[in-house]
Amino acid sequence: MTKVHDTGIQEQVQLSRDEIRRYGRHLIMPEVGLEGQKKLKASSVLLVGAGGLGSPLALYLSAAGVGRIGIVDFDVVDQSNLQRQVLHGTESVGKPKLQSATERIASINPFVKVEPYETHLTSENALQILMNYDVVVDGTDNFPTRYLVNDACVLLHKPNVYGSIFRFDGQVSVFDAERGPCYRCLYSEPPPPGLVPSCAEGGVLGVLPGIIGTLQASETIKLLLGIGEPLIGRLVLFDALKTEFRELKLRKNPDCPICGKNPTIHELIDYEAFCGITPPLPTDGRQSREITVEELKQRLDQQADIVILDVREPHEYQIANLGGYLIPLNDLPKRVNELDSSKEIVVLCASGVRSARAVNFLVDIGFAKVKNLVGGINEWAEKIDSSMASY
Amino acid sequence: MAVKVMIPTPLRVYTDKKDAVLLDGTTVGELLQKLTSQHEQLRKHLYAENGTLRNFVNVYVNNNDIRYLNEEKTPVRDSDVVSIVPSIAGGREVV
Repeated sequence: MTKVHDTGIQEQVQLSRDEIRRYGRHLIMPEVGLEGQKKLKASSVLLVGAGGLGSPLALYLSAAGVGRIGIVDFDVVDQSNLQRQVLHGTESVGKPKLQSATERIASINPFVKVEPYETHLTSENALQILMNYDVVVDGTDNFPTRYLVNDACVLLHKPNVYGSIFRFDGQVSVFDAERGPCYRCLYSEPPPPGLVPSCAEGGVLGVLPGIIGTLQASETIKLLLGIGEPLIGRLVLFDALKTEFRELKLRKNPDCPICGKNPTIHELIDYEAFCGITPPLPTDGRQSREITVEELKQRLDQQADIVILDVREPHEYQIANLGGYLIPLNDLPKRVNELDSSKEIVVLCASGVRSARAVNFLVDIGFAKVKNLVGGINEWAEKIDSSMASY
Repeated sequence: MAVKVMIPTPLRVYTDKKDAVLLDGTTVGELLQKLTSQHEQLRKHLYAENGTLRNFVNVYVNNNDIRYLNEEKTPVRDSDVVSIVPSIAGGREVV
């Protein structure tokens, strides 16, 4: 990629007096200088996602004077984004993220050209979109898009600046199959759906994408300038609770299905199917938050990893219980931190009324995998376990 | 005398919230067997049904991937740190 810039492109790019004043702190560093700043102006970056990681990336890459920034995103700003997605403000809630991103970038640096793509990135459009950029930055939190971005970058010989976050932990690397491993060398397959909680389920410290996203921005600028030692072949792990950075060595896998010696993937595939994701069956929200005693019995017999939350009073628990975790409904708000939102939770009470209220409460505060046991423990006693006391 | 095995955040729910476990053993495989016997729920997250390590979980001795050492037979010494690093997804819900 540095080759592109080294063939005299800097001569075609000029900086105005305003730009020279703006980028003064870059220009006085020999590692950047006038030539480097012109390189940045002549360069282009594609951000996949304008969310937690995309926010600091968009802010710093535009401030740094990257000439063209493409952004792929189709979402609208939600209140729950504002805790970490600093690209968007309270006044943007309900508006497309691309709109607030474009406005914010224009306010930071009017010399930057923003190219918005209000679409899902798909196997059909990915190559066409990515081919127009020097560096691609992956700011997604779902495996289908991550493998799609990786494969498209390998096929197009583009570097892919990778970042990932979960709760207090972050990962950063640069995947460039021309010079080192790709994401598939690291993980040839994604986890099956449901085994690893996503950000939306597990939560994330709001400042964490700020830290990981700015590391990605720094790597991106190094790649564009061709300076320093990029994170190729290295994976940085950051633990915010310990304030600890660790580094692991990544190797190119000779058996990698896309960048190895005998690749079996030569074009983009169906990434939803590859990640085992099938379209959800149509159901209304209420049904999807309910589970019958028969279904629960079946899941428990299969040794499913389910937390049973019992929201009755301790004296009721003594009468009959399923060994669930006891938090009386009235105590739930102040004891909710005892629950792990990444786990599947089934809430029960005597007949299903209190537990329905508990489910509504938990869903409102962001629990995604929570279900109400229809008919409660009395239904269980009636249909599943006749030896159990009902009351 | 023990080797430190680092547990990543998503898997700490299966290790009583511990971020590291000290275990005795001479190979990575031995340590992971001990770890999964102490914390049975961890097993399905580390191993596939055929008993091989899952493709979305990598294990490192210090900063080296055991796939390029001697896999689960990779020897460990007391000063070593073994890290379990699963793939994580984060940043933006869906694009």
